[in-house]
Amino acid sequence: MSVAEAFRMAVQGVLSNRLRSLLTMLGITIGVAAVIILVAVGHGSAVAVSNRIEALGTNVVTIQPGGFGFGRGSGGFRSSFTQLTTKDVKALEDPTAAPDILSVTPVVNGSVTATYGSASYSPSQFLGTTPSYEEARKSPVEAGTFITQADESTHARVVVLGETVVLNLFGRADPLGQTIKLNGTSFTVEGVLVPKGTNGIQDQDDIAIAPLTTTQDLITGVSSGLSQIIIEAKSSHQVNAAQNEATTILTPTHSSNGTANFRVLNQASLLATSSSTNHVFTVLLAAVAAISLLVGGIGVMNIMLVTVTERTREIGIRKALGARRADILGQFLTESVLLSVCGGVLGVAAGLVGSEFKIVGVQPVVESYSVLLALAVGIAVGLFFGIYPANRAASLRPIEALRYE
Amino acid sequence: MSSRPRRRRATLVLKGVSKSYGSGDIAVRALRDIDLVVERGDFVAVMGSSGSGKSTLMNLIGCLDAPTEGRYLLEGIDVSQLDDFELAFIRNRKIGFVFQSYNLVPRTSALRNVELPLVYARVPKHERRQLAEDALVAVGVGDRMHHLPSELSGGQQQRVAIARAIVTEPAIVLGDEPTGNLDSVSGTEVMQIFSRLNVAGRTIVMITHEADIAEYAKRVIHLVDGRIDSDRRTAPVHALPPKLAADDVARTGSG
Repeated sequence: MSVAEAFRMAVQGVLSNRLRSLLTMLGITIGVAAVIILVAVGHGSAVAVSNRIEALGTNVVTIQPGGFGFGRGSGGFRSSFTQLTTKDVKALEDPTAAPDILSVTPVVNGSVTATYGSASYSPSQFLGTTPSYEEARKSPVEAGTFITQADESTHARVVVLGETVVLNLFGRADPLGQTIKLNGTSFTVEGVLVPKGTNGIQDQDDIAIAPLTTTQDLITGVSSGLSQIIIEAKSSHQVNAAQNEATTILTPTHSSNGTANFRVLNQASLLATSSSTNHVFTVLLAAVAAISLLVGGIGVMNIMLVTVTERTREIGIRKALGARRADILGQFLTESVLLSVCGGVLGVAAGLVGSEFKIVGVQPVVESYSVLLALAVGIAVGLFFGIYPANRAASLRPIEALRYE
Repeated sequence: MSSRPRRRRATLVLKGVSKSYGSGDIAVRALRDIDLVVERGDFVAVMGSSGSGKSTLMNLIGCLDAPTEGRYLLEGIDVSQLDDFELAFIRNRKIGFVFQSYNLVPRTSALRNVELPLVYARVPKHERRQLAEDALVAVGVGDRMHHLPSELSGGQQQRVAIARAIVTEPAIVLGDEPTGNLDSVSGTEVMQIFSRLNVAGRTIVMITHEADIAEYAKRVIHLVDGRIDSDRRTAPVHALPPKLAADDVARTGSG
């Protein structure tokens, strides 16, 4: 019997009990769709995280004060010796000691309350920095200008705002050239940043940026030191070299008992760590989804066993007409594979449609390998779980099968 | 295989065939030491009450079951030595079954039912269709080809079943109470078809418990308790079947 004949008989078998065939397919459909969607969610969250890290700049190394002995952040004990200062910035900008460093951007964090007219708002991030921040952090302005070198040298009272801050203070009005008060001091809005949206943890547009000099004068005070220094390497290949140079330059002045009092964060290594974490997460999701695929396969087997029992007499007739074992085996195996292929194709469709929607805040990103894998596993499941029922049908003795009522 | 000419002419030869079910004290001996030779072109009716072993004999002849003892030669082939694969081949090419309950494959058109043995014989699609259509026309249901079994009357279903039995040009057509589920008019029609098939040279063995149906055959065998009780020839092997209808005789004579 040819493959085409086996296929024809299988189609007839599937169509002869449509509702049951449909429900059986549904098991495989759900399994395949679940694999596709969950892998897409895992991948989507990985993409979101790496986008977030890349948004910070991939050629970038961040230096923060504090070592293992000093705890984290501003809450820990810090002597003036461990503070990062503008002197460190100057040292890092030395092109002979640090040939791989493109730019060095000092940053101080502060907290302010901004007011404009009757509106009042506290941005979650307020920082003072230099013009190179725009390039290093990839935060271009949408309107107006970023902080300029002139602003730095004149200690200008200007500020660049993120979209969220603009909305809270100005609503729909144009903020450019307007004067707002930061902790009671007047600042002129010089620029508005291009919106970046949320990175999943915080709103990246909830930010206000002022010149470093002005911020140290009026908000944080000169003695508090820098919150971080952002170093941009000349290219992505030079990131590690830049990191080593920075470490070499800073270690003599910022270490006690041989332990460095600063931390260097490399975005690339951060990216690698997060992607490996996400990989585990994705595999876990896929494993859970694979279980539903397995359950779908058991559904196929169950229905095929029922079908074989129901059609015992038909099998007897076919054997009396000269069907060989292989003919019967082929017919029923094709039928179970057909069920799982149809279910699988529907599952792929459902998976692709389902991946269009945001799921728990993550925009799923469909991976082509997951589609192929889910479909292949779905079909393999149909084949595997079809073997036993088909073999049972093929092994029926014609005389007994014919007598079956 | 023997080269004696007498055996070559016989379509089927049973030698000392016995069949028992179960074993030991509870063994049931359905057939005991049957010797039977059916020549090509013969039309044999096997009669007997229920439990006489006629169904068992039918299953053995149809290669659906194997004898416990003895030898069974179908066109010179010792069937008792064959494996499942070869038996399937024999059933496909050498035997055409007509069952009491028609046994058409449900939800499958008449044409497709008749094509089935050809499908298993790997006959190409186009040729298969032509053969099946010819067979259906030959038994008088050419206008019902695309109907499902559930849309056909009993007589029509049995005709489709006969078409299916003869489409492979088998060595022997086996009828298992072929008129058992039919009214007398349909039964007569079916027996006329059998008679015409026999005129055309087809060897026929059928079991029945109705004496008037047995009258269509050229030879009547009675089974009692698994043994041949009587073997009566009512017409010569090469004569026309005894109850071939007059118009059929005329048609056969002129054709």
